Amino acid sequence: MDYSYVFLILLLPALTFLLLGLAGMKMSHKVAGLIGTCSLAIVTALSYYTAFEYFLVQGRDASTGLYPTVTVFNFTWIKFSELLTFNIGFRISTISAMMLIVISTVSLMVHIYSFGYMHGEKGFQRYYAFLNLFTMSMLGLVVATNIFQMYLFWELVGVSSYLLIGFYYPKHSAVAASKKAFIVTRFADMFFLIGILFYSFYAGTFNYDMSLMTPEQLHTLHAAGWVLPMSLFFMFIGGAGKSAMFPLHIWLPDAMEGPTPVSALIHAATMVVAGVYLVASLFPLFIEFAPNALHWIAYIAAFTAFYAAAVACCQSDIKRVLAFSTISQIGFMLVALGVCMPDPETNVVAKTTVEYADMNGLGYMAGMFHLFTHAMFKGCLFLCAGCIIEAVGSNEKFYMGNLRKYMPITHIAFLICCLAISGIFPLSGFFSKDEILVACYNFHPAMGMIMSGIACMTAFYMFRLYYVIFWGQGYYETHINDGAKKPHEAPACMTIPLIILSLITVLCGWIPFGHFISANGLSFDTHVNWTVAITSSVLAIAAIGVATFMYSGKTTPVADYLAKKFPRLHEAAFRRFYLDEVWMFVTHKIIFRCVSTPIAWFDRHVVDGFMNFIAWCTQSSAESIRGFQSGQVQQYAIWFLTGSVALTLMLLCIF
Amino acid sequence: MIPVEYYFVLSALLFFVGVFGFFTRRNLIAMLISIELILNAVDINFAAFNRCLFPDQMEGFFFTLFEIGVSAAETAVAIAIIINVYRNLHSTQVNRIEDLKY
Amino acid sequence: MIRLLVFIVLAVIILGSAVLSVTTKRIMRAATFLLFVLFGVAGIYFLLDYTFLGAVQIAVYAGGVTMLYVFAIALTNKNTLSGIYERLHGGRLIAGAAASLVGLAMVVFVFFKEKLMTVASSADEVPMKTIGHTLMGSEKYQYVLPFEFISVFLLACIIGGILISRKE
Repeated sequence: MDYSYVFLILLLPALTFLLLGLAGMKMSHKVAGLIGTCSLAIVTALSYYTAFEYFLVQGRDASTGLYPTVTVFNFTWIKFSELLTFNIGFRISTISAMMLIVISTVSLMVHIYSFGYMHGEKGFQRYYAFLNLFTMSMLGLVVATNIFQMYLFWELVGVSSYLLIGFYYPKHSAVAASKKAFIVTRFADMFFLIGILFYSFYAGTFNYDMSLMTPEQLHTLHAAGWVLPMSLFFMFIGGAGKSAMFPLHIWLPDAMEGPTPVSALIHAATMVVAGVYLVASLFPLFIEFAPNALHWIAYIAAFTAFYAAAVACCQSDIKRVLAFSTISQIGFMLVALGVCMPDPETNVVAKTTVEYADMNGLGYMAGMFHLFTHAMFKGCLFLCAGCIIEAVGSNEKFYMGNLRKYMPITHIAFLICCLAISGIFPLSGFFSKDEILVACYNFHPAMGMIMSGIACMTAFYMFRLYYVIFWGQGYYETHINDGAKKPHEAPACMTIPLIILSLITVLCGWIPFGHFISANGLSFDTHVNWTVAITSSVLAIAAIGVATFMYSGKTTPVADYLAKKFPRLHEAAFRRFYLDEVWMFVTHKIIFRCVSTPIAWFDRHVVDGFMNFIAWCTQSSAESIRGFQSGQVQQYAIWFLTGSVALTLMLLCIF
Repeated sequence: MIPVEYYFVLSALLFFVGVFGFFTRRNLIAMLISIELILNAVDINFAAFNRCLFPDQMEGFFFTLFEIGVSAAETAVAIAIIINVYRNLHSTQVNRIEDLKY
Repeated sequence: MIRLLVFIVLAVIILGSAVLSVTTKRIMRAATFLLFVLFGVAGIYFLLDYTFLGAVQIAVYAGGVTMLYVFAIALTNKNTLSGIYERLHGGRLIAGAAASLVGLAMVVFVFFKEKLMTVASSADEVPMKTIGHTLMGSEKYQYVLPFEFISVFLLACIIGGILISRKE
C-alpha cells in the first residue's frame, strides 16, 4: 500500500504555521483564517483517507490476523551509537490511525468555530498560526516511530499549549496560567526523559513497538531486570503531567484563561489525552514487564477521577466545571488502561487469544473508545460554553440562567452532550463508559463500584451545570433594567461545529470499536453486560433526577441549605481542596529557599567570581607591565644592557 | 711591553663607568659626557688590540680615527637637539622629555 | 718598566677623572674631568706608539669637543658656572650600579675565558707616509671611501645641527 502522501499530514500545518506566523500581519483576518482552515481541511481529508485505507482497504494481515504496523518513512536524524539512533518517521498503527481522525476532526471544528469566536480579536492571525503549530505537533506525537520522536513532539505540544493559553498576554492571569502549565508539564517531562534514557540504555533502542523489534532486542529487554518497570513508570509520570493526574493536575483549571476554542481543542480533546496515548502505546511493554505498574496507574487515576468530580460539584465558573470534568474523564480512561491484567497463560500480549481482548484486556479497547467519544462530546461542550460566554459576556454562572429560550441550538447540543457524558443509552458515552465499568468489575468488584459511583457524580455535576445555565432564574430577566446584554444565539460558523460534533456523539457509539482496536489487535465483538449497563443507567438517571430536583427551579433551596450546612467542606471543594496552596508552599518554601537560593549564590559568587578573578588577573598583570613603556630613556638603556648580558649568557651556555 | 690584558681591563672599566654615568645622571649634557667616556673606552680597546695583536695591519687605527670624527659630529648634533629641547621645555632634565605625544 | 709605570699613572688619571666626572654634582666640573680623561686617552695612544692618533685625539676631541660641551652647558643653563646641583636618584643609582657591575663581570669573564695569542710586536712607530697612503688609497684595505664619506657626513651633521638649533 502506498501511503507516501501522509507526510503532507505533518507538513501542511507546519507550513501554514510558518506562513501565518511570519506573514500573518500582512494578511487580513479573513485570509489568515481561511488559509489555516483550508490547510486543516486538507489534513482532515487526508487523515480520513489514511484511516480508511488502513482499516478498510488494506485490512488485516492474512497470516497473523492483526492490522500490521506500517512505517511509512523513518529517517535517521542523529546517530548516537551503533544501536541508538534518533529517527523521525511516520508510523500507522490502529490507535494512531484512530488518533489521526480524532485530532483532525476536532481541530477542524475548532478552526471553523474560531472564525466566529475570535472575530475582531487582535492577534487573529497569530492565533491561527499557533493552532496549526499545535495540530502539527499533536499529529507528529501520535505517529511517532520511536519514543524519542514522541518526546520531541510532546515538548512541541507543550510549547503550543503555552503559546495558546497565554494568547491574551496583556492579561496577567493568562500569563501566569501559561507559565504554570508549562512548568508543571515540564517538570513531569523530566521524569519522562529519565524514563526514556533508562529505557534506551537498557533496551538499546528507542523503539517501543515490540512487533518491530529484533529477537536480540527482545532478549535485552528481558535481561533488563527491575530497570524496565521503573523506566516505564517514569514515562507514565510524564504522561500524568500532560494528562493532569493528581497531583500534577493544577495547571488544567488555570489553563481555562485561554480562548475557549483552545480549551476545546487542547485541554479537552487532544493534548490532555497524550498521556493516555502514551500508556496505550507502551501497553504491551507494561503487560509483559510491569503489570503492577499498570495497577498503580489505575489507583492514581481512580483517585484523580474522584477528586476532580468532587471539586467540579462546587465550581461556579462553567469552564472550570468542564475542566475538572475533563480531569475526571481522563481518570476514567487511565483506569480503563490500568485495570488490564496479563493473560493467565502467557505474559506476552502478542501471543494472546481473542478471549484476552474481551476479558483481561478489555480495558484497552474501552479506554481508547472513551478517548474517542469523550473528545467529541467534550469538545462540543466546550464550544457550547464558548457560545454561552460570548452571549452572556462572562464565565460565571451567576450571569446565566434560563438561556434555553434565547439559544436553542446551543441548548440542544449541550443537552445531547450532557446526556452522553452521563452515559445514557443510545448516545456514545453509554457504550464507552459501560465497557470501562465492565473492565473495572472484571478487575475487582470494589473498583467497579467506585467507578460507578464516580460516574454517578459525573452525571450529577454535569446536569447541575446544564440546569444552572439553561433553566432557573435568568440573569437577564432580573437585571434588564441594569442594562444587561440580551443573550443571542451564536452565528452560523459557530453553531455548525456544534451540530456536527453532536451528530458524531449520537452516532459514534454504534461503531464496532472492538473490530478495529483491541489489546492484542485481534478483532472481537463487544457485547453488552446487562447487569452493569442497567445498574449504571439507573444510577445516572437517579443522579440526573437529583440534579433536576436541586437546580431546575427558579431558586435552589436545597443547594443553598447544603452549602450552609457544610460550609467548610463547600469552601474546600470550591478552592479545589487547597492543592494550589500546597504546591505554592512546596515551591516557595522548600525548592526556592533550599535549592534555588544556594545554587543562585553559587552561580553569582563562585562562577561569576571566577570569571571576575580571571579578568582581575589580566588587568593587574597588565598594570604591572605598563611600567615598561615609561618614556624614560635611562630605564630603556638599563633593560637594553640587561638584555644583552642575558643574551651573552645564553650564548655562553650553548657554546 | 705592556700585555694586552691591561689595556683591556682599563678599557672595560672606563666603558662601564660611562655606562653607569649614563644610567644615573639626570642632566642631558651629563649623559652626553658619559657617552663620550664610553666611546673613548672603545677607542682605547681598538687601538690596543691593533697594536698588540695585529701590528702589521691598520684596521683598528683607522677605525679609531674615523670614530673620533664621527663622535665629534654626533656630539654636535646631539647638542643642537639639547639646545632645542632647552628652548622649548626650559629644562635639560631627562625626566622632562619622557612624555609621549598627547 | 718605565712604560708600565707611565701606563699605571695614565690609567689612574683616566679612571679617576672618569669616576669623578660621572659622580660630580656640578656640570662644569664634569666637562673639566672629561677633558682630563681625553688627555689621558691621548697619552695612552702615545704609549702605544700611535702618535698621529694621539695628536688627532688632542686636536679634535680635547680641543674641539670639549669646547662644544662648554658652550652647550653655557647655553642651556641660566647660572652657568656657579654650579648646577644634581642629586642622584636613589633607586636608579642602585639599578644602574647593579647593571653596570653585572655587565663588567660578564665582559671580563668572557675575555679571560680564552687564551689570547701573543705576537712579538715590533717597536716601530707607524710612519706617516704609510698612514697617508692608506688613508687616501683606493685599493683593498685602503680607506679613501670612508674618508670621503665621513667628509660628507660631517657636512650633513653641520647642516643638521644648524637646522635644528636655529632661531625661528
